[in-house]
Amino acid sequence: MKVSITVNGKPTSAEVEPRQLLVYYLRETLGLTGTNIGCDTSQCGACTVLMDGHAVKSCTVLAAQADGASVTTIEGLAQNGNLHPIQTAFWEKHGLQCGFCTPGMIMTAVDLLRRNPNPSEADIRQGLDGNLCRCTGYQNIVAAVKEAAGKMKA
Amino acid sequence: MASRIFGSGIKRREDPRLITGQAKYTDDLSLPGMAHLAVVRSPYAHAKIKSLNTKKAENMPGVLGVFTGQQMKDAGFGGIPCAWVVPDSDTKTPAYPPIAVDTVRYVGNAVAIVVATDRYAARDAAEAVVVDYEPLGVTTDAYKATQPGAPQLHPEAHNNICFHWKVHGGDTDAAFKSAEVVVKDKIINQRLIPNAMEPRAALAQYNSGIGEVTLWVTSQNPHIARFLLSLDTGIPEHKIRVIAPEVGGGFGSKIPHYPEDSMAIFASKMLNRPVKWTETRSENYRATIHGRDHIQEVELCGTKDGKITGLRGTVWANMGAYLSTASTGIPTILHGLMLSGTYDIKNIHEDVYGVFTNTTPVDAYRGAGRPEATFIVETLVDKFARAVKMDPADVRRRNFIPKFDNGHAVATGLIYDTGNYEPALDKALQIADYKGLRKQQADLRKQGKYMGIGLCTYAEICGLGPSQVAGAVGFGGGLWESAIVRFHPSGKVNVLVGISPHGQGEETTFAQIIADQLGVPVDDVEVLHGDTDQTPMGWGTYGSRSTAVGSGALMGAVNKIKEKGKIVAAHLLEASVDDMDFADGKFFVKGSPDKSKTIQDIALMANVAWNYPKGLEPGMEASAFFDPPNFVYPFGAHIAVVEVDAETGEVTLKRYIAVDDCGKVINPMIVEGQIHGGIAQGVGQALWEGAAYDENGQLLTGTMMDYAVPKAEYFPAFELGMTETATNVNPLGVKGIGETGTIASTPAVYNAVMDALAPRGVTKIDMPLTPERVWRAMQGK
Repeated sequence: MKVSITVNGKPTSAEVEPRQLLVYYLRETLGLTGTNIGCDTSQCGACTVLMDGHAVKSCTVLAAQADGASVTTIEGLAQNGNLHPIQTAFWEKHGLQCGFCTPGMIMTAVDLLRRNPNPSEADIRQGLDGNLCRCTGYQNIVAAVKEAAGKMKA
Repeated sequence: MASRIFGSGIKRREDPRLITGQAKYTDDLSLPGMAHLAVVRSPYAHAKIKSLNTKKAENMPGVLGVFTGQQMKDAGFGGIPCAWVVPDSDTKTPAYPPIAVDTVRYVGNAVAIVVATDRYAARDAAEAVVVDYEPLGVTTDAYKATQPGAPQLHPEAHNNICFHWKVHGGDTDAAFKSAEVVVKDKIINQRLIPNAMEPRAALAQYNSGIGEVTLWVTSQNPHIARFLLSLDTGIPEHKIRVIAPEVGGGFGSKIPHYPEDSMAIFASKMLNRPVKWTETRSENYRATIHGRDHIQEVELCGTKDGKITGLRGTVWANMGAYLSTASTGIPTILHGLMLSGTYDIKNIHEDVYGVFTNTTPVDAYRGAGRPEATFIVETLVDKFARAVKMDPADVRRRNFIPKFDNGHAVATGLIYDTGNYEPALDKALQIADYKGLRKQQADLRKQGKYMGIGLCTYAEICGLGPSQVAGAVGFGGGLWESAIVRFHPSGKVNVLVGISPHGQGEETTFAQIIADQLGVPVDDVEVLHGDTDQTPMGWGTYGSRSTAVGSGALMGAVNKIKEKGKIVAAHLLEASVDDMDFADGKFFVKGSPDKSKTIQDIALMANVAWNYPKGLEPGMEASAFFDPPNFVYPFGAHIAVVEVDAETGEVTLKRYIAVDDCGKVINPMIVEGQIHGGIAQGVGQALWEGAAYDENGQLLTGTMMDYAVPKAEYFPAFELGMTETATNVNPLGVKGIGETGTIASTPAVYNAVMDALAPRGVTKIDMPLTPERVWRAMQGK
């Protein structure tokens, strides 16, 4: 079947198997490998992207379900060469080590701060519950989201 | 030394590619004509393969080939080698075929592989391979497997015993005979699943025209991978190139040479096209190594006034169905030799039995052996404190090895490098406000609330390690490190290293060392690693060795650059080499700092060699190898504060204080990050994580739905402190910090929960301390 999906602001379309997952559409059809796959049960959140502005786990969405939608991946987050404030905060606060969970973590954080621009530490920790990280103990991820929230309000 | 950039928490240069999605992990790579490999895995934990029918799979759309273990064997691919066979332990090393030929020994054991044009087709066809199994008896418990009548895995391992290793120091029998106080425990140090966020992957490209293969693989040690692949693939080492691209965490699970690495090479060779295998997470849970899994019967003795005099025990260490790469070294050398911890215990004895069971192979998982040792001594010390009615902090202080700065021999035979344990404990107690906490605890107890305070004072062995020792303890390789420092004509620098970081940030810290030592801007330095064709031979990243050992090699190369630079500078300045000095990026004549050349001037002249000292080789590149004279022994004191819900048994970690000493710190931000992550994994073992098998050898915790990888909201913000005791075994005085958090936090949290439940008379609960287990213990059930 044919799907048409706007990805990072650009129209894309392709013939896909009805069972093809959005994450494979992004990674293999479009070659956008920044979105990672860390599990097969929708626990880890490494594959999180924004679909029409909402964070979704792209391993749990069929490409067919995204037909007509607008998807933003980690590759589309920086604008005109300027990092998104959340990307900058992850860098400054050492919010990543191996980096594998990072794209999904950042996309979740974008949605989290959209919904709650002024989160407490507990809000952030709870908001990141769908994203697993094995390297950082989350401490600097939480610090990064907090820092970004401050910068984005200013 | 004018330290500007050494010791500063500069941002990581690794990050820009990682936060923008531009990093390339193995599964991100595609090659023209690339096919996908899927593995058919056994659903039985122990069975004979009666027949295997691949016909249907072969005829499915997109399928390029279906291969069995026999075909792989016939093509000259041998068994997966075990690279660490501990001596004097009668170790059995049964054959470990990459694909089972006649018998499967754990759920997940490969029985066939399918290669197809895309990954969906490969997985569909894998489902269509028909295997007829004859189930055999199953054993999963390391103790029960040694008992008469247990199902036998390998004919050469009688009673499934892989090895019997002993450590002995002093006279333990006498110590226990004369002891005033003895405390005992039977500890289940449960099996853990490493859960690096990136599952494993391997992409092989065999070139039949030249007989060479390139393997992109999720490895912590590409040079070891190449060495071991040369043993089982039949392809000579110089015709194998192993590249570890971006690697998404390892924690030990990406040290081993795995069957799938060889399968990908085999399939690429058979089909003459690139072949990629990418693990699913469910596959990862069964096919990637697990960690820990000890049953430990241990006891500690001492005097009524709190002096520990002896420690002894017997351990049954589960090896899984086959011996993975470093497996036998973990519950022996990296475990038994560290039983003293931070204490002066004169008499130590431990028997360790390595045992085969019908489970996924067990190998190094963060801490690897030291967590299992530290848990023994640190929980027994708490029991001992209770028995002699001393505060756990005081009993520790009473038994600490006193400060030493040039080696201290412990009963197990190790010589710790440097240590000063009391200040670390003092600092942790102070950050925690220990006295205040005890008061608060007493108040809460009056209200029927269960708050607990748990201590762990640890020392651990890392920075692996002196190669002579590696050889003596049966490790099948060296443990030195290598570095090349290469100045380009423009004064920019490439550093090529044998370590292979995958999240630890050495691209940044090694650049800091170069900038600090050679006075070049840090951004003029690029650190390259992970490609055996590009980097010098080195043994990789594990055992908290990259900085402790790798920086020694880096310093060797730095010194060679300085020496050569002085010769070139002396020539250009018409001075004597003996009169030359170097500081802040400039070579100058001693006493006349104006007569100088920058290191960039010298790099240019050395590269063009127009006006150059006679007889001196052109170029400005130095290569060095560093074999440390000893391991390093970082140490520290951790304190956990927990609250146990009396109604539900739920444990909440309220505070966590960690004071660590890793010697000199190159980048405090990165060091703290390592500690944070380590703590989270160790707390995970204490409270939530645990792999479970049923009696048929089915992994009950087979996905992330069933295995509790800790989440952000499980933790408070950790409170960190440092002390600094430099080591003398490497030039920069640095110790490892990658594993300390994991080693210390499991016993700290466990001790805190036992402390909380002391008024209820609870003295023991097996980990993980889930609400159900805690609740049952509180009810005396």
